[in-house]
Amino acid sequence: MTDTRSDVLVIGGGLIGACVAFGLLRKNLKVTIVDQGDNAHRAARGNFGLVWVQSKGSTFRSYAALTRRSAEIWPQLAEDLREVSGIDVGFQQAGGLTFCHTEAEFAQRRDLMRHQFDADLPYPDAYRMLERDEVARMVPVIGPGVVGASYCKLDGCVNSLRLLRALHGACLRLGGRYLPGIDVTAVQPSPAGFTLPTASGSLSADRVVLAAGLGNARLAPSVGLETPVKPMRGQILVTARSAPLLSLPTHVIRQMDEGTIIIGDSQEDVGFDEGTELGVLGNIAARALASIPVLAKLRAVRAWGALRVMSPDGFPLYQQSARHHGAFAFSVHSGVTLAPIHAFQLAGAVALGALPESLAPFNEERLAFQAA
Amino acid sequence: MKNDSRFRQLEAEERDTVEFEFDGQRVRAPRGISVAAALLRAGYAQCRSAPVSGAPRGPYCLMGVCFECVVEIEGLGTRQACLIEASDGLRVRSSLSG
Repeated sequence: MTDTRSDVLVIGGGLIGACVAFGLLRKNLKVTIVDQGDNAHRAARGNFGLVWVQSKGSTFRSYAALTRRSAEIWPQLAEDLREVSGIDVGFQQAGGLTFCHTEAEFAQRRDLMRHQFDADLPYPDAYRMLERDEVARMVPVIGPGVVGASYCKLDGCVNSLRLLRALHGACLRLGGRYLPGIDVTAVQPSPAGFTLPTASGSLSADRVVLAAGLGNARLAPSVGLETPVKPMRGQILVTARSAPLLSLPTHVIRQMDEGTIIIGDSQEDVGFDEGTELGVLGNIAARALASIPVLAKLRAVRAWGALRVMSPDGFPLYQQSARHHGAFAFSVHSGVTLAPIHAFQLAGAVALGALPESLAPFNEERLAFQAA
Repeated sequence: MKNDSRFRQLEAEERDTVEFEFDGQRVRAPRGISVAAALLRAGYAQCRSAPVSGAPRGPYCLMGVCFECVVEIEGLGTRQACLIEASDGLRVRSSLSG
């Protein structure tokens, strides 16, 4: 491999890197994606596949706004991907539910939703609080302990494996270069841009986007940024395929388009361990059965653990280097929900060479402020 | 046909056989093979329907991975026929709705 110069070098072929690359390629830029191999920690292959709005950003208005905007333009991304890659990512947006199991939980949820959608950043018709009878009409299989639910019309879901495949397919079809099996430890800034030495030659570009998930923590200092992201494990339990039972997703139980039901709601601080634990999976199953008792009839066929990419406050980090112009680092744990923002808005900003003022709330300065 | 199984029984000397029931029909098979292999051998290419699309499905990987061969065995649903040895008197039913 000789030095083939690109406009943009994207480090990381997960959902963020592939979305940004897709957006850049659609602007006719020359893009190279450098990716690890199949054994990489890859949130893009382990996630739950939700486009989720209702609980996001109650303490961070810009994040609530970004999430809502992303959910609103998701249909466009699904359509664009279908057009370019030929793959249907299984996007559905009929709304989502959060079940409440006690009256106190219901009241608390109602207050949160009122705060979010009526007071803080008004979007009055986005949500409804549903009494048990109404929930049962939408999802007849709910258990006797469900007293009600919050419903948000912006929530939805995709098949996340097909989403990643569609993004990669679209990038290749648009002429992107994809180089897997490369472990990047540092990017070298140079007067002419950025260089990346690899075992089979050197890559260079005018701009570089770090989208390496947890790897951003290690890579960011090489372009003058600090990206203090850490892993947070989630475990997911998968059932055998079933006839359609759940027409709407919750944030912890959903049915995939081909029939399997996936269940997961663990948040575990266990470093880089991607394993599963029977005790945690047992708790996940028990909580799911309290919501949907008929799940007991389905066999669990597999389980996995995956690592979320968590910033110190859990919110997205969209950074650009002040010292090395043209270097960006993007780290989020909502790679599915925010995919359209990454493909359209972030890619547009990288193409222009600078992040817009509207994304300033997502740079690292808020972390310094919080620490002070 | 597109969905025909590519698995074929190798020429083998006649062995001890077992007999089990599939949807009320008697199926005879050499002792030691799986329920899924026995079904394919007896000409049953379909043992279930896809729960969402209703498309016909049958044994595919024969090694416990694809879950295409799930059937009901002795009253227990969602059993992988390729992981269970055919034995005398076993009652097997196709799973037609997951």
